[in-house]
Amino acid sequence: MVGVFFTYFALVSIAAGVLTVTLRHPVHCALSLLVLLMHVSGLFILLNAEFLWAVQVIVYVGAILVLYLFVLMLMNLKTDERYFHQSALYVLGPAILGASYVLYNLLRSPFDGAKGDTPAAAVLQDGDTYAVGIKMFSDHLLQFEIVGIFLLGAVIGAIVLAKTPKQLDTERERS
Amino acid sequence: MIPLSAYTAVSAVLFIIGLMGVLVRRNFIIVLLSVEIMMNAANINLVAFSHYLESMAGQLVALFIIAIAAGEAAVGLAIIIVVFRGKISTNVDEMNLLKW
Repeated sequence: MVGVFFTYFALVSIAAGVLTVTLRHPVHCALSLLVLLMHVSGLFILLNAEFLWAVQVIVYVGAILVLYLFVLMLMNLKTDERYFHQSALYVLGPAILGASYVLYNLLRSPFDGAKGDTPAAAVLQDGDTYAVGIKMFSDHLLQFEIVGIFLLGAVIGAIVLAKTPKQLDTERERS
Repeated sequence: MIPLSAYTAVSAVLFIIGLMGVLVRRNFIIVLLSVEIMMNAANINLVAFSHYLESMAGQLVALFIIAIAAGEAAVGLAIIIVVFRGKISTNVDEMNLLKW
């Protein structure tokens, strides 16, 4: 049963990724990215990461993608005739070759290492949100604070960048 | 039980798709969307390793990556709006204002 779900999520997310890159109209690209994000969040569910599933749906789909769609509709982009880069064909061949080599190596390797301290049973007992919260506010508090400062900087930077330069000039003349 | 290599394979394929999008597409917004695909591929990898190696650190890093993606989207879209306001199209080939 899990295998069926995994196959479905994996295949649909890869197909949606291909559509995101190849579709002509930018809004269609953003909508197929929506499909990709939802199916990736399904993969998170299969990996016992319910908290990340919720964050993926709320933050990625609910905030980031809506922001992209908002800007796309604000700018009313015309679709170009030639929407691929000129050197697309030169990149495609080596990329497929390299990707198949990497995939071959990935599928052969066993991937084993030192186990951590939270097995799947412990995660299932109290829930993933509990486990993530305990870990985040004990061992990873500094990273949490750094991400908070980063988001503050990003918000201020976005506001400063998107401000209209005309308003700045009139304010200077007034003062 | 799905092997870990299946998850890494999906993640690698998605990453390659995103990389191709960044290299091949000419619209700046689609380039940013491809960067989001690449970040999602990294997230799948992190969460899969976190599950199979029984450590919570991978999920935390995935969470921080989502936060950084939000910041990147905000700043990138602000840059797009500024560029678009200056009557330059969103074609990445025509954005050479900072070229020396």
